[in-house]
Amino acid sequence: MTDLQTFQPVLLEAVGVEQGHSLESYRSRGGYAPLEKLLAEKQPPEVVEMVKSSGLRGRGGAGFMTGLKWTFLPKDHPGPIYLCVNADESEPGTFNNRILMEDDPHQILEGTIISAYATRASTAYIYLRYEYPQSWKSLQAAIDEAYAAGYLGQNIKGSGFSLDIYLHRGAAAYICGEETGLIESLEGKRAWPRIKPPFPAIEGAFRKPTVVNNIETMACVAQIARRGVDWFRSIGVPADPNNPRDPGSYGPKLYCLSGHVEKPGCYEAPLGITARELIDGFGGGVWKGLRAKAVIPGGISMGLLSEAELDTPLDFAGPGKAGCLGLGTAAVVVIDETVSIVDFLHNSCRFFAHESCGQCTPCREGTSWSLRMLERIRAGKGRLKDLELLAEIGNTMGMMPGSTICGLADGAAWPIKNAIAKFRDEFEEYIKQSNPTGYMETDPVPALPILSAH
Amino acid sequence: MPTVIVDGQEIEIGADERLNCIEAARRAGVEIPHYCWHPGLSVVASCRMCLIQAGSRNAETGEVSMIPKLVPGCQTPVKDGTVIVTDSDLVRDSRARVEEALLIDHPIDCPICDKAGECLLQDYHFEHGQSERRADIHAFTSRRRDVGPTVTLFVDRCIMCTRCVRFTREVSGTAELMVSARGAKEEIDTFPGFPLENKLAGNVVDLCPVGALGDKDFLYQQRVWFLKKSANVCGGCSAGCSIVTEHNQDTVYRLKPRENPHVNKWWICDEGRYGWHHLHDPSRLVEAGRREADGFTAIEWADVVTQLRDDLKAAGRLAVAVSPQLTVEEAWMLCAVARSIDPEAFLAVGHVPTIGDDESFPGGFTIRGEKVPNRIGVETVLGLFGAVAEDGTVPGWNELLEQAQKDDVKAAWVTAGYPTPDGSWCDEQTAAAFDGLDCLVVQDLFDSPLSARAHWRLPAAGFAERAGTWVNCGHHAQSFEQAIRPPAGVWPEGRLFWNMLGRQGLYDPSGVRQQIAENSAAFAALAGDLPATGVDLRLQQLAPN
Ligand SMILES: Cc1cc2nc3c(=O)[nH]c(=O)nc-3n(C[C@H](O)[C@H](O)[C@H](O)COP(=O)(O)O)c2cc1C
Ligand code: SF4
Ligand code: SF4
Repeated sequence: MTDLQTFQPVLLEAVGVEQGHSLESYRSRGGYAPLEKLLAEKQPPEVVEMVKSSGLRGRGGAGFMTGLKWTFLPKDHPGPIYLCVNADESEPGTFNNRILMEDDPHQILEGTIISAYATRASTAYIYLRYEYPQSWKSLQAAIDEAYAAGYLGQNIKGSGFSLDIYLHRGAAAYICGEETGLIESLEGKRAWPRIKPPFPAIEGAFRKPTVVNNIETMACVAQIARRGVDWFRSIGVPADPNNPRDPGSYGPKLYCLSGHVEKPGCYEAPLGITARELIDGFGGGVWKGLRAKAVIPGGISMGLLSEAELDTPLDFAGPGKAGCLGLGTAAVVVIDETVSIVDFLHNSCRFFAHESCGQCTPCREGTSWSLRMLERIRAGKGRLKDLELLAEIGNTMGMMPGSTICGLADGAAWPIKNAIAKFRDEFEEYIKQSNPTGYMETDPVPALPILSAH
Repeated sequence: MPTVIVDGQEIEIGADERLNCIEAARRAGVEIPHYCWHPGLSVVASCRMCLIQAGSRNAETGEVSMIPKLVPGCQTPVKDGTVIVTDSDLVRDSRARVEEALLIDHPIDCPICDKAGECLLQDYHFEHGQSERRADIHAFTSRRRDVGPTVTLFVDRCIMCTRCVRFTREVSGTAELMVSARGAKEEIDTFPGFPLENKLAGNVVDLCPVGALGDKDFLYQQRVWFLKKSANVCGGCSAGCSIVTEHNQDTVYRLKPRENPHVNKWWICDEGRYGWHHLHDPSRLVEAGRREADGFTAIEWADVVTQLRDDLKAAGRLAVAVSPQLTVEEAWMLCAVARSIDPEAFLAVGHVPTIGDDESFPGGFTIRGEKVPNRIGVETVLGLFGAVAEDGTVPGWNELLEQAQKDDVKAAWVTAGYPTPDGSWCDEQTAAAFDGLDCLVVQDLFDSPLSARAHWRLPAAGFAERAGTWVNCGHHAQSFEQAIRPPAGVWPEGRLFWNMLGRQGLYDPSGVRQQIAENSAAFAALAGDLPATGVDLRLQQLAPN
């Protein structure tokens, strides 16, 4: 594990640099030279091998091995092959993609060009969420600069490799970040995630082989090309020798720290930093001298860590061991002791009920049912039975139990089941206090007429 | 042969069959409930009702390994050694939860819903649901809005299976329907200014597994459990789509497609679907009549049988139009009757109305421009009677009109039966061709300029009122049953011909069919019991006997 004291941020090295987002500045920091070298010296399979051996795992949420994903593309495909860069960043609490796009867009472009070269894609789409106008401006300016400088377009730097990058602005929906929802949206359709198989690597955008990777993943590829595989593997948490299925958590990671901390922000740290180290070391501790009640480990979808679980390492394997869904987007949100977990869960349910694409029955109805129950509980008409129903929804909705097409439902389920499992007492107390005459009711009760959602 | 294990039962499937778990389980007699999956549409696996457990059995060790989570049966293909489990607690609980979820926002207004009695939501709820409601009780809402001129949508009953949306995108190719909003607020809708209006629109109502989409033609006309179903063939065009005629007390209430992989797959067009109203048109001819000085005088059918023969015989040379609305059996008997009256009788195919060209849709469905069901069948029958011109063609309506104007032709017998209440199939000018005859017999559903000139005006039967065999434009022959009785006073044509041939007892269409099949190579395929989906006449001719 890297020493936190000596760790130097690389992904964020442009932050705070005057005109750091410009091509000139990026080049002065060593940017694009690795690309030129690589185009001149390496064949695409060698680049795939480089990324594979670095152990890089996708930063978009699922933590899938990036190099391995690239090898799923059909061999000797006549093309076109597409690369989609996922900049839909809509997981609540997450803003690291935005910082990269605004402050160091060329790092992303370099990573994208390298990844396209490795995957033999001659077209890349950056799918950007609508609500990021500044990212849109800075990315588009960077793309224009890169074209002018010969890093994009035909025959890049005489290598024979050609690439066009299109910046596509979405219309604002969480589900557009799910990779096949993104592809559907890119094709001009409603972003309903596709059933898999076929996976995008076989049949993706416009029915052609497609790779989808996150913005931060692209930045990591650029850094691996610049600093080497050994550098990358020297950071983070090595694979567990006792678990052959653990590929380890290598490299630097951008943690988005927000909520009730003194110094919220996007911090670069080695994978494996614990939640407590992050909050105390980077964030200046929980605000106002309060204690944390719970912490979201990686975006709201990942569930909750209780205060007692804050020493959980935030690598790809850590949060799972504490019953959370995973590391997700590494968006750490601190919830202080004054916050009602009932309110937290209500907020979470409202988000997912609003964002469920509505395709799968269990997700469409489960997210809205859970919201309706939380609405009623907060209106002082909760029943203990609701907790059982909520737990049942939490345990049965999602790709993991097999009841849905995409992972949004798992993300909706995890906060529910973590909150009820880890804070059941608080829920029971709340319900008994707020509904002293009806909390034991088990028969169906009238639904409240108004929803706070939509 | 690949073996699939369904709830412990081993079944074999064809070596190159590509089945999903729903289809494979059905072979084993196990029904996997499903809403969104339909064999004629793309797979979306979104309703999640067909979740099952699946795995595979190792061919060598016999060891079974199961996928740890539930999988959708529609999306999971089977191959040799596939293990399907549909009766575990895990599967049962999952179905119960999907049913529960679908009912959370559903108005549960079965008593006033037209679909009640044939609704998958009802059926599955009884079989797979739980008896108690656990979700909150919602205030009743059941909103209705028309999505097109023929189809209406009960918005809150929809379970979002998207079958209707996929149909308009994949089969009709018109894409009028869409999903608006998101999550539990989703609704089926049309784009402003683009209503659901295409020639296949009615199929979305059949596809809708619940009472969300309603056919305005059928809405509130009849409770479905009163309806009797008869396997029929649509007479609207020469495609000859397999249909089910749904009727009660000799009244037809609706037509629905009947699955037939050789002809219409799962669909019918709206023209055919609504093409039964003429059956109950008050202006139908319902009385056999013989012309007297002051118009037609009603005459008993028993007298028709004898006197018609006498009149025609007395007149002399006979020309007969054998209507392409008639069945093969009826056509064959008519020709036999005609030749028994006048061995030289001129036989021609009756009028074949054609409207425009064939029209094909992206889903492979074609509406034919030829608006009769049995031209090829009738032509083939005429061939058996030697009614073939020197160039090998079978004479048609134009040749008949020429004959009718010849001096030596004294009598004509025109079978018609066209579903046009205004009688417009034959205009004055055409009808005038028959002016000089001594005896004109017209057998039709409605009055027309032709029947106005008739000496004998006989009522015809409608398509649902006859049994027999039609041969479609692709030489595919389908036998069908009689759905309803014709109006009082009407003998279906076959009954008259049967009696005029002096046959005993009730008209027996299948007996006639066997007789035809035994005596002609062209119809050999019609022998024995025919499959409900019919037979291809040409294919069977190639097969050795
Ligand atoms: C509901 C949902 C939303 C998602 N949103 C995003 C997103 O906004 N950005 C992102 O990079 N990945 C998102 N993902 C993950 C993507 O599906 C995909 O795994 C990822 O983009 C792959 O990139 P990576 O391998 O570089 O991580 C989302 C997944 C789900 C299920
Ligand atoms: S799980 Fe939810 S968000 Fe994902 S495809 Fe199904 S309904 Fe849509
Ligand atoms: S209207 Fe009927 S067919 Fe269309 S989505 Fe709803 S339930 Fe399915």
